[in-house]
Amino acid sequence: VKKSIVFSTLLLAGVYSFASEITGYIGLEGRGFLDNPIHENQKNNSLSTSLSLEYFHDFEDDNERIVATGYARKDSSTDGRDHFDISELYWWKGYDDFELYIGVRKVFWGVTETSHLVDVINSSDSVENIDGEDKLGQPMVSLLYEQDWGTVELFSLTGFREPTYLGANDRLRSELIVEKDLTTYESSQEEKHIDFAARYSHVLGDLDLGLIYFNGTSREAEYNKKSVEGKDVLAAHYNQVEIFGTDIQLTKGDYLWKLEATHTKPKSDSSYFSQVGGLEYTFVGLANSDADLGIFMEYQFDERDHAFGQNDLALGTRLVLNDTQSTEFIGAVTQDLDNKTKFISLEATRRLTDTWSIESELRVFTSVDSDDSLYDLREDDYLQVLFKRYF
Amino acid sequence: MLSLHQNKKITSPVITALLVGLLSSFAFGSTPEERGLEIAIEVDKRDNGYNDSTSTLEMILGNKYGESTTRTMRNKTLEQPDDGDKSQITFDNPRDVKGTSFLSYTHKKGSDDQWLYLPGLKRVKRISSSNKSGPFMGSEFAFEDISSQEVEKYTYKYLKEETLNGRDTYVLERDPVDPKSGYTKQNVWIDKERYIAMKIDFYDRKSSLLKTLTITDYKQYLDKFWRADKWEMVNHQTGKTTILNYSKWNFKTGLKDKHFTKNSLKRSR
Repeated sequence: VKKSIVFSTLLLAGVYSFASEITGYIGLEGRGFLDNPIHENQKNNSLSTSLSLEYFHDFEDDNERIVATGYARKDSSTDGRDHFDISELYWWKGYDDFELYIGVRKVFWGVTETSHLVDVINSSDSVENIDGEDKLGQPMVSLLYEQDWGTVELFSLTGFREPTYLGANDRLRSELIVEKDLTTYESSQEEKHIDFAARYSHVLGDLDLGLIYFNGTSREAEYNKKSVEGKDVLAAHYNQVEIFGTDIQLTKGDYLWKLEATHTKPKSDSSYFSQVGGLEYTFVGLANSDADLGIFMEYQFDERDHAFGQNDLALGTRLVLNDTQSTEFIGAVTQDLDNKTKFISLEATRRLTDTWSIESELRVFTSVDSDDSLYDLREDDYLQVLFKRYF
Repeated sequence: MLSLHQNKKITSPVITALLVGLLSSFAFGSTPEERGLEIAIEVDKRDNGYNDSTSTLEMILGNKYGESTTRTMRNKTLEQPDDGDKSQITFDNPRDVKGTSFLSYTHKKGSDDQWLYLPGLKRVKRISSSNKSGPFMGSEFAFEDISSQEVEKYTYKYLKEETLNGRDTYVLERDPVDPKSGYTKQNVWIDKERYIAMKIDFYDRKSSLLKTLTITDYKQYLDKFWRADKWEMVNHQTGKTTILNYSKWNFKTGLKDKHFTKNSLKRSR
């Protein structure tokens, strides 16, 4: 009897080791800026450390799960990038017909490479990177219903997470810094307004289709100049908006065709249309090697004159070596078609060992027009190297 | 042929022998192509009905200097009644790709559907399946080598019988139907008794021998389904090797279509 108890305990332990786990990484990031700063007290180099910790636990025959993820950054030269965020803290349960999520989550929507228009659930963690891909955890209750005719997701977003803003000593900041205390909201409930979002998605053969709807506090601020004790600063104002959008990808042979489009209707302003779309072609097994070379083109359009990507063309390339170290390069040049402004981005990643990897990026802003939305970043070209140690 | 039956002077053992010969040649098809196809169909038929399976997998990549690196992953597969299998592979190691998952719907005809889940971005990406000739995770296995082997993906030719490691085998040539394949042909050694592949020679686009796969340590599950624990691929042109060690096989675990969707892919751990 004892033996069988010991055995079943061991068996349980064996099963449980897979159903519950703490993982994460420590990041060591160095940034070097190629031009002298515009503002006082901005530095040319910075070193910063980040930590990501993730825990998950599956139970009830894998029909329930708890996930908790925390993220923190400490920067050597400034304090604007120092922060801590609960990226995820939720409970999930799968029922026969639907799934329920309660808690803080990150949800990504979209298909394109150079802009993320339909990715409207989470607020940006802007101090992390200018690419808009880093997000803050969003509290919610959401239901997911999956059928032969498609997947429907409904979200009640219980409270707005205000995006992070760079400080006065940070590079890559706007001309004027955002003063968080001055933030205002259109809704009288302010950041406590409960937003609603929905998504329908379906796979039809080669076509991946998504339709989105959002109604609530805009994740994108409108900035107004204000004067505080004789000093000019920016105050963020968050409007109530309604967004209808779609994301479509057609995968045909070596071609990927991609489109994201949104129609945004602010409650007390005129509505506008935004889109990003294009194609990617891959040369598989370039010159009889194991490497794949992709080339892509995306056109960005926004009806608002001063939006990012109001009339821009991005051309890029992706080189995947398919080697043991998973070495990859991705580079893109985004050209504003109304003025001469160019944005160049190069990224490379490579695995060093089983637990270490290196990621680097070079970002260059050239011929920046004084009317362009990138004008504030004209002297902020930088090279970044990030080492990650996973555990 | 009919005239044989009408010739009454032939003694009955001879007739029996001829009839057996006739029947067996009929059963295995009269041309090498038909016979090859029938063997391939029998291989497929004998593996029908497992419904779903799960396993864990260790992949050891070796270079010509004898250095090696190891990856671990988990695999789950779901049979489809009228189409190729659905399968999902989730990586556990190396750590930078931990949680990365690859979902694939194999189709008997046309290109497969593939999605990749990137846990860092919480993003599911549909990827082109025209990379089938490319290496899977830097290994000597191409995507097309590890995907579900549907009968319709090749044309066949029966070559000969041969003894391999003390077992009687049929040797077939199979030519990929898809022009995106990295191979002009494959020669497959199939165990005559168990109808399982024991060895495959892969010929590249220039028809030179590229790789040899040796499949060993077969075990039978549920008194029917044979699964090999060890797959060893040797690249003759580069000297690199990849060994796949499968373990923890489970069958009929109750997996359903809903466990193989873009949504379930996002939940993979």
